[in-house]
Amino acid sequence: MINFHYTRAHDVAGAVRQKAAEPGAKFIAGGTNLVDLMKDDVERPTRLIDISRLPLRTVEETPGGGLRIGALVPNSDLAYHPLVERRYPLLSSAILAGASQQLRNMASTGGNLLQRTRCSYFYDTAMPCNKRAPGSGCGALEGINRYHAILGASEHCIATHPSDMCVALAALDATVHVAGPKGDRAIPFAEFHRLPGDTPQRDTTLEPDEIVTAVELPAESFAMNYTYLKIRDRLSYAFALVSVAVGLDLEGDRIGNARVALGGVAHKPWRDPAAEAALRGRAANDASFEQAANILLRGAKGHGHNDFKIDLARRTIVRALTQAAQATPQSQSNKKIR
Amino acid sequence: MAATPTARRSAKEAIPTPERVSVGLTVNGVARQLQLAPWTTLLDALRDHLDLTGTKKGCDHGQCGACTVLVDGRRINSCLALAVMQDGTQVTTIEGLARDGALHPLQQAFIDHDAFQCGYCTPGQICSAAGLIAEGKARTADEIRELMSGNICRCGAYVNIVAAIQQAMGQS
Repeated sequence: MINFHYTRAHDVAGAVRQKAAEPGAKFIAGGTNLVDLMKDDVERPTRLIDISRLPLRTVEETPGGGLRIGALVPNSDLAYHPLVERRYPLLSSAILAGASQQLRNMASTGGNLLQRTRCSYFYDTAMPCNKRAPGSGCGALEGINRYHAILGASEHCIATHPSDMCVALAALDATVHVAGPKGDRAIPFAEFHRLPGDTPQRDTTLEPDEIVTAVELPAESFAMNYTYLKIRDRLSYAFALVSVAVGLDLEGDRIGNARVALGGVAHKPWRDPAAEAALRGRAANDASFEQAANILLRGAKGHGHNDFKIDLARRTIVRALTQAAQATPQSQSNKKIR
Repeated sequence: MAATPTARRSAKEAIPTPERVSVGLTVNGVARQLQLAPWTTLLDALRDHLDLTGTKKGCDHGQCGACTVLVDGRRINSCLALAVMQDGTQVTTIEGLARDGALHPLQQAFIDHDAFQCGYCTPGQICSAAGLIAEGKARTADEIRELMSGNICRCGAYVNIVAAIQQAMGQS
């Protein structure tokens, strides 16, 4: 880890000012990803601005019937928050499917959104990586790419976003609240993370001197018919090969509103409005689910080692939609998939 | 972590010399005052500055759980925690679990169930289990396994570790 200066921020405005004054500085909250990347020399900040003591730790109901989650609420506290467990069990389930309890105790809500890819070529400073060193190339394209993207990738980057929590937040249509030198703004979740294109060094649309202050959930919570189904190489504590977050509104055996978001397959949590539109008004059966899966995976492309993920994703989407429709969400402790 | 290109320093840019930051920690009930470089992890502060070598450095990347300690009663990976950010907290390590010469129920249970072989992961396993019991979320063996998945045991003592935790949960 390279030497750096350390400062503690006492309010959001002060944190933003400090960041704007030193372009090489970075915010640190939970630190679970940033400290790891600093140990590997991938991140080399000149200064860490400690935001962990800012007053952003509350979970509050909004006038519109939703929930506003402070950016510093730890992942474990959020997963076990009574309002989240009761009204947004999809979010609770997705959080508990990720990392370990030690990491969830440290990691913040905002930091979860901003975590970097776990692509091994991004982590290995001896290898080319357009995300770490723009213009150096992509080691994964012709390399070991078992964990890499099958949707939305570019010739410059095939990394995936590693978060489980964000897949649920995408399905729930969350909003990200940020503060910056020009004031506050709200970013729809679908516009927060971006596809790599020819600038894979940018994971999100957050500006360099902006800070995430809260994540807001709308009232619609899919508490009855939901699931978070994560497929990985071991039963726990592993990143997703494919994960699927589903929320359904059922009217009898007909589907009303439907949300499907995929993790582990793209540079951002993947949604396709056409797939969700195709589910609306249809019977909740395999034919409908397979049609939605085919729409979600149109244009899917493997890169060799990850070719299997296209069929795996298709089957996981159908299974997840079945689990949600039957109100039998995937347990995150008993891993048997039903 | 803003979405900017990875910050790179030019060769000419000055690298900060080791500035020391004052850090106050209450470790196993004893107030300690340290002067630490900001890049010192809590793990290194415990082992190298306080001679509390019971907490182990395994992977040093948050993947193995050997460094697990309790900060304000919550289990965390001390290898990923900067000591300066823990200023003012209460830290409990494996050395702080026994009371008045009597083993903590988890320590006794690990002995009773032969829940280790080489022992390197054991301090982290026991601190993690203490955190798990305090959280109160695990009831079944499945739930214990899931909520202990951040602690790797390469000797493969998992079956006995789960049995030891179940014994200690019965006592607490």
